[in-house]
Amino acid sequence: MSDSKLNENGEKNSKIIEMTCIVCPIGCHLKVKVDEDGKFLSVTGNRCPRGAEYAKQEVTDPRRVLPTSVRVKNGELPLVSVRTESAIPKRLIFEAMKVVKSIEVEAPVKRGQVIVENLLDTGVNLIATRTVKKLT
Amino acid sequence: MKKVKYDVVVLGGGAAGMGAIKGALSENVKTLLIEREASTGGVLNQCIHNGFGIHVFNQELSGPEYHEMYLEKLGTFDAMYETTVLKVDEKHNLLHAISKDGVYEIEYGALVLATGARERPFEALRISGTRPAGIFTAGLAQHFVNLENKLPGHKAVILGSGDIGLIMARRLTLEGVKVEGVYEIMPYQGGLTRNIVQCLDDFNIPLHLSTSVIKVHGKERLEGVTVAKFENGRPVEGSERFIECDTLVASVGLIPENDLVKEIVEIDLSEGAVVDDLMRTNIPNIFAAGNNVCIHDLVDFVTMEGEMAGKNAALVSKGEKLPERKAIIKEGNNVRILSTKYTTASQAFKLYLRVSKPMGTTALYLNDERIKVVPVAKPSEMIELTLDPSKYKMRGKVILSALEVGK
Amino acid sequence: MKIAVIGSGIVGSLIAREFSKYDVEVELFEKLPDVGWGVTKANSGILHAGYDDEPGTMRAKYCAHGNEMYDKLAEELHFELKRIGSLVVAFTDDDVKILEDLLERGKKNGVKNLKILSRIEALEVEPNLSREIKAALYAPSAGIIAPWEVAQAAVENAVKNGAKLHLSTEVFNILESGRQYVVKTSKGEFVFDIVVNAAGLWADELAEKAGVKVTPLHPRRGEYILLDQPFLVKTVVFPTPSKAGKGILVLPTVHDTFLLGPTSEDLPPSEKENTSTTPEGISKIIKSVKKLVPSVNISKTIRTFAGLRPENDIKDFVLKREGNVMHVVATRSPGLTSAPAIAEDVVKTMFEGYNVRKKDDFDPYREPIKKVAEMSDEEREKLIEMNPAYGRVVCRCNKVTEGEIVEAIKHGARTLDGIKFRTTAMFGRCQGSFCTVKIMNIMKRELGTGFDEIRKNLPNSKVVDGDVR
Repeated sequence: MSDSKLNENGEKNSKIIEMTCIVCPIGCHLKVKVDEDGKFLSVTGNRCPRGAEYAKQEVTDPRRVLPTSVRVKNGELPLVSVRTESAIPKRLIFEAMKVVKSIEVEAPVKRGQVIVENLLDTGVNLIATRTVKKLT
Repeated sequence: MKKVKYDVVVLGGGAAGMGAIKGALSENVKTLLIEREASTGGVLNQCIHNGFGIHVFNQELSGPEYHEMYLEKLGTFDAMYETTVLKVDEKHNLLHAISKDGVYEIEYGALVLATGARERPFEALRISGTRPAGIFTAGLAQHFVNLENKLPGHKAVILGSGDIGLIMARRLTLEGVKVEGVYEIMPYQGGLTRNIVQCLDDFNIPLHLSTSVIKVHGKERLEGVTVAKFENGRPVEGSERFIECDTLVASVGLIPENDLVKEIVEIDLSEGAVVDDLMRTNIPNIFAAGNNVCIHDLVDFVTMEGEMAGKNAALVSKGEKLPERKAIIKEGNNVRILSTKYTTASQAFKLYLRVSKPMGTTALYLNDERIKVVPVAKPSEMIELTLDPSKYKMRGKVILSALEVGK
Repeated sequence: MKIAVIGSGIVGSLIAREFSKYDVEVELFEKLPDVGWGVTKANSGILHAGYDDEPGTMRAKYCAHGNEMYDKLAEELHFELKRIGSLVVAFTDDDVKILEDLLERGKKNGVKNLKILSRIEALEVEPNLSREIKAALYAPSAGIIAPWEVAQAAVENAVKNGAKLHLSTEVFNILESGRQYVVKTSKGEFVFDIVVNAAGLWADELAEKAGVKVTPLHPRRGEYILLDQPFLVKTVVFPTPSKAGKGILVLPTVHDTFLLGPTSEDLPPSEKENTSTTPEGISKIIKSVKKLVPSVNISKTIRTFAGLRPENDIKDFVLKREGNVMHVVATRSPGLTSAPAIAEDVVKTMFEGYNVRKKDDFDPYREPIKKVAEMSDEEREKLIEMNPAYGRVVCRCNKVTEGEIVEAIKHGARTLDGIKFRTTAMFGRCQGSFCTVKIMNIMKRELGTGFDEIRKNLPNSKVVDGDVR
């Protein structure tokens, strides 16, 4: 990241934060303009609107999708892969893992099945990302 | 010996193979999948991280979701699971395979190779020291953690900054394994920047560029590694550092898997099957798609290649004559990898290339003509080009090169 | 009569088998968890023709004869043996003179069909050889084997004929007790009438403990590169030997890969377990091999490894008898080739003066693990019909099936290396990255163990450690 202080047209001092967009694997190189309080002003370098959204989010409240796995009881596999349905605040990742480690689901598990509703009051569900059949 | 006959046979049921099945079925030909595992999906099954499906499904999915959703799109199809092809007899269009049900002779009208890639193992790097337990390829570690519910160890060093290595750095960290750092011998990263950000930076895992493991310690289980800085391909004296660890995860490259056809199909120096813009190999009824052609960044493109290969294979199996190759495409300056090596110049086609060094703003040239400018070019990130024969001259030899035009 | 053999390397295992032909009780002691995991596991695997060894040495006495004995052994024990012949390549006129000396020496040692090839003839045999060569000594009787397979086969056959195998049992001492001997081990004391010490790198120390002075051993380290190149050479290709030894060579393995090496580095006696590879060793191999076979492609490396050979200052085998204890020491190169002849001689010597009968029911044959990859479709069909596990390929590099893995377990494999060195699964270019989990699942099922209990080789070589959830 490189900071550069600017003073344009009587605005507050703003600075540019450089980052790589992680919305998709293309990895656009973003230049995000924020004011001296860190408030989002504008972004360049994004190829899609989701990139702009990401930039805004990243400088205010960075969020990540959490992919992991949950123990399955009586399943053909010992684990079912899961992820948060959308991004959750980055600061909650390890706390979310504590929840993930503490739970167990009963087979069969269907893809898309909600494993934890409203994970840590984020408003985001933890969902299964694969099917695990019951062990016969 | 059991004998079966299909118009199109697809070898391998991963992302490319599933695409090929879809492509072939779209032409209503009799299609068979041969898969050595018990189900489709290939490596997608163990890639539980997100980042799949942006182009094919317009959303960001995990590997298993991508697999299941694509499978639902496919509907029903004929498949032989836990079946291994031992020999391709291209002269008679026959495959010799075995499964628990016996020996098979499978006749094909056209064949699609979708055999994927294998990982370069740590052992192949000729690194000094002992050979204890505790050394894994990233994919093997991923398999243990995500499918077998087993931890490889408790303190890990990641060698190589390829994508699976980065993904595993995060995965292991989340599961309580201490990841000491990622070591990359090159002066630049091997994986996508996105993964550096969300797998390393997010968890304060250091990435050490121009640094590699030079010695392995431990008689029975790994006890540590010595790392050193590298300059001009050699360790810098005095820069050695011992790191105590019980686990070494190597993410040091994928190699296109073409062992079965290496004596039949033209293979390039990076071991990829050489194909034209129709995904056709040097043998008119053998096609190839996916990581056995060249290593891709995005599974979506692998599937799309598979779909095209499957469709064209179906056309050939129906007796249709596909256009002939009109030009050879060659790597020019600063270009290391090309997904397509020949063109029929019959239609606009997609081609993926990798540059050979990190560059800033980079212009891509087809012979002397500038065809695209990208803001940044990295060896770790494929560049997608659409080449339209109505716009560019494509006869004889086409050279694709890259030139840095700004920082 | 009770007989102990200490060490299950190629020498000890063949001695144990030789004893098991007689009406005696044989017990074989091995320190490691599997047979043939010492010197035998990591060497070139060559059956030398026998032209190298100066007449009058023990090496010359046993090598050519041992070589000849291998055909019958391979037939009985069903291990892979390929008589691919060897070439010693000369680059200078001085080298050519050495070839002529070797030819003469070979004739004296009883080596058959040796001949010097011209440059053109040699290049016809080996088109990938350097164009710079002047001539080559051709020895058609040279061959290749997988040494550990011979040890496994010999032990299995000895056990089949009544011998008892003690794995993970270290012998600390051999003590005279009246007319018998007490063998003190990590698993207790055993009493025997005859004891043979074939403890490889430790044979000198054991002899010393037993009160017998022999020329001390030191490990000579040999580093290797295993290569996955489609075609390189078809014979064993040596450079012209020098004082330092036979030099760094290029040879095919019985598994259709190629072996480059070994280096030859004398280590102090304190480093009998130092199988580390070194940057210097590997560079040296590459440099030497490029001179012999310029088209070698090092980027096709499967792995690098090092082995240790038991070397002494007199550079010759020592067979020392004290009472009814025989110490077989310093079976350095060509120890592998000589082993059958040594075994025969040791048994004959120890039985002198005794009236020991050969067993009427000795069964010389050992059933090998089937190899689906090498079968015809008809053979495969029959086998899979009998047992579908032979249709499930587990190791994709070497096409090893589940049936073969199960067989290896039945043949005694208890570790990943045990399976690797019996089936060649995990031996190939992916080095187990695809098949390890499958193999562990088969072991789990067949042996009733968990993943945490499975070892790569030695007791502390855990493969995985604990659950994710």
